[in-house]
Amino acid sequence: MLYALCFLLFMIGLYCAVVKKNMVKIVIGIVIMEYAVNLFLIMLGYRTGGQAPIVGQKDIAATGTELTNAFINSSVDPLPQALVLTAIVISLGSLALMISICIRTYEKYGTFDITEIRRLKG
Amino acid sequence: MKGMTVIVKTITSWVKILIFLFGIYIILFGHLTPGGGFAGGVILASSYILIMLAYGRDFVEENLSLPAASRIDCLGAFSFAMIAILGLVFGGSFFVNFLFQKYLPGQPLNLVSAGTIPLSNIAIGLKVGASLFLVIVSLSICCKDFRPGTSVNKKKE
Amino acid sequence: MIIFYCLLIFMLIAAIVAVETEKLLSSVICIGAIGFGASLMFLFLRAPDIAITQIVVEVLGLIILIRATISRDLTFITGDREFFEVVVSVVIVFVIFLAGIQVLQTLPDFGSPIFAQVADAPSNTYVSRGLGKTGAANLVTSVILDFRAYDTLGEATVLFTSIIGATVILRKKCRKKMEETTG
Repeated sequence: MLYALCFLLFMIGLYCAVVKKNMVKIVIGIVIMEYAVNLFLIMLGYRTGGQAPIVGQKDIAATGTELTNAFINSSVDPLPQALVLTAIVISLGSLALMISICIRTYEKYGTFDITEIRRLKG
Repeated sequence: MKGMTVIVKTITSWVKILIFLFGIYIILFGHLTPGGGFAGGVILASSYILIMLAYGRDFVEENLSLPAASRIDCLGAFSFAMIAILGLVFGGSFFVNFLFQKYLPGQPLNLVSAGTIPLSNIAIGLKVGASLFLVIVSLSICCKDFRPGTSVNKKKE
Repeated sequence: MIIFYCLLIFMLIAAIVAVETEKLLSSVICIGAIGFGASLMFLFLRAPDIAITQIVVEVLGLIILIRATISRDLTFITGDREFFEVVVSVVIVFVIFLAGIQVLQTLPDFGSPIFAQVADAPSNTYVSRGLGKTGAANLVTSVILDFRAYDTLGEATVLFTSIIGATVILRKKCRKKMEETTG
């Protein structure tokens, strides 16, 4: 059920990116889709009653560098977190790129309307 | 004339040091506590952007000029690649953690541990912080209405 | 469990308002609401690294978006595109929706991850032997910078490329400004 709500958030972003004709609204739709995908990936690795994948002093077994079984059996998945951590920073870079394209288009045509831009082209 | 009111400037002059130190803490302790190079780099960039919003762009360019920022950016990327190549030289394969395996094992949960991971964190933090600082400065350089207080004076072309 | 439903419904309402409102500045602020809701959600999903990164990136993204829309939302653009285009777009969205509904039934239950059920999943190695192989207490950092460091190298390349693209797109006006100010 939580997956379905997350998918609904993705569909709202897709609708916004496809139907609207304001350029900034299209960028906003893409940003909403990025949030939904990040949230979905983190949800796939969640374990009920789990703990964060960060080792504390009590999680190290007495023999040395081995971890206790309680930590291994209750940690959430660190792999989706690592993937999402890079994806968030990349989304900021791509957001800056899209916004700079929007600003240049506004300075050239004086509007954010994509149908007006197409009409001016010929 | 430039920048915001005196209240914002005073608060900024107190808070900017704390934000900068918090960014350095997040980067240096990235292998022990939550955080790391990405989050710390963005925090470092946001401290400079706070100064830019409060005092205006010229004040920031006196402290950290754009060529210096681009040099820091290249230094971060270069040192991250050099750590990988040093792994190829000393450890036998690309990106191997040679410091931890051979030379400096360290105790877990100490600051000096985990080999090349803190060095990589510092490199990533420098790169991400300088890149985001550069992109926001280049977004604000093109048009003067980014600076608060002068937004109503923008000429309509 | 109930906190996840509350936060997701809050994010859905904010998304609908962001899509349907007319003023651009309002919809940008609703984007901020979605981002902070996502940050809280990451914190309750036991991912504090992602929560810190998300909350800082959200602030910078809001600055960029507000910079694009301030003093420019005088151009109210209401209404949608032409009728035929809208019909085609909505049909495409509906087809993607049906495909997603089919996929949702094959997912595992919420709260029981895949790597706990499959014996030779790579996450088992990362969790059980990450400290012994890399020495880093934060397992996410050990995955990013040791096990999967090529991923981080690619990320640095993509970030560099996007920054260069943004600078090049904005370059012409910058050079004109610099010439005006210097000489």
